[in-house]
Formats: sequence, C-alpha cells, structure tokens
Amino acid sequence: MERIPILKLGPFLLVSIQVDMHDRLVLTLQDDLTERIVQTRARGVLIDISGLDMVDSFIGRMLGNIAGMARILDAETVVIGMQPSVAITLVELGLSLPGIRTALNIDRGMDLLRASLEERTEDFSAGNQAG
Amino acid sequence: MPATKRGSLSIRSQDDVVGVRQAVRRAAVDIGLNLIDQTKIVTAASELARNAFVYGRGGEVLIEDLQESGRRGLRLSFEDHGPGIPDIQKAMTDGYTSGTGLGLGLGGAKRLSDEFQIFSEEGAGTRVVITRWKS
Repeated sequence: MERIPILKLGPFLLVSIQVDMHDRLVLTLQDDLTERIVQTRARGVLIDISGLDMVDSFIGRMLGNIAGMARILDAETVVIGMQPSVAITLVELGLSLPGIRTALNIDRGMDLLRASLEERTEDFSAGNQAG
Repeated sequence: MPATKRGSLSIRSQDDVVGVRQAVRRAAVDIGLNLIDQTKIVTAASELARNAFVYGRGGEVLIEDLQESGRRGLRLSFEDHGPGIPDIQKAMTDGYTSGTGLGLGLGGAKRLSDEFQIFSEEGAGTRVVITRWKS
C-alpha cells in the first residue's frame, strides 16, 4: 500500500508530502502519524507541504485533525512551506486552518517546536514546585 | 460564445478526483492562467469532483476552453446522476453538510470561480458549471 514516509528527528517527527494525495492516502497518513507519535513519544510534528500545489477542504481538514490528535497526545504540530497561492486559495475557500501553527520553512518550524517544548517543560516544573 | 471541448473525464474513484485536478491544472497552465488562478480553479475542481464521487455516486466532468472578445477562459461542467440536492440554497451555505465533510465544497467552489451555476433535480442528479477567466 502507498504510504508517506515519517522521519524521526530527535524529539520530533517530520513528514514531507511530495505527491498529489488521494483521499485514502490522506487518511492513512493521519492514522500512521498518530500511531508514530505514541510509539516514539514525539513532542512535535513538522508537516512539510511545500510540494503541494493545492490544499482543498479535505486535506485542510486532515491537517486540522492531525494537529488536534497530536495535541491530545502532547505533541505540537507545525505546518511548513505552504505556497503563497495555496494560502490565498485556502482563505477564499473558507478554510483558515484554526488551531494549526504554520512556519515559512523547516528552520523556523523547528524553532517554534523547540520554543514550545521548552515552554511546556518549564510549565511542568513550575507546576511541580507549586504542587 | 465559442467553446472548444478539451476533454471529459469520468469520476468513479478517489484516483479519478486526483486525475481531474491534474487535467484541470494542465488546461489552466495551457490557457495562460497565473499561478493563483490556476490554484483556485484546481481547488474548486477538487471540491466538485469529490462531491460528484461521494454524494453523486460518481459522475463526469467536461473541460472546455472559452474565447470571448479576445479573452480566454476555462469552463468545467460536473455532472452526476445521484440523488440530487433537495435544497440548493441550504447546500450552498458554509458549514452545511449532508455527509461527513466540512460543508465548504459548493460555497468554496463558487467563491473560487468567476462564474458558477448549479442545477439539481431530486432523484435525477446534479450539474455544476464553473468558469475562470484569464485576468
């Protein structure tokens, strides 16, 4: 079965979507990613969509679902590399991707994830001291 | 208005939805739409092709080149023979869905097109025609 590879980068997972995805492949990626988050105890997910020349409501919803499920599993999601024409079209379509963090490229995406990881770790130790 | 048929594709599977996106992209590049307009019509086509497949139990799309007083355009006609849409106005409303989608398909496709027409008859099917002109 066709699959999109998921790479482990330290505490994070990296997915780079390079193919025009049919709906089943989108759903497989959603399932695979949640499974890998649990398996690897990843704290963050980077989804590179620079290879996608369009994002429709189905793919947009999948990105939102992944971010939501990852959050419940204590991992942050950052979508990186969205093409400007895709961003313009998404807004006109009516999808503003609420709850999804985005970054222009992988470096900025990593920075976001690292900062958020530090923040969460600090909150945790602060909470411990208070308790 | 002179229209030239470029091709027609049947939409019977998820792979066909991808095929429609690719064919519409090729046509959009061919008539010289800019990248943003290409992306808009490809995205609209993806929504409508999925609708035809999921709600219309399959259908087809006709792709035509248009020429009117020197400007070029692309017209896509999606047709299915599914159950039809009982209340078009409701179906056009963002957030309304009879299935499991986001309910952005029809309204979104309309916003992404220069011209949009929808005809539907209960029990007979649905036809959606969209046009994007080269700006």
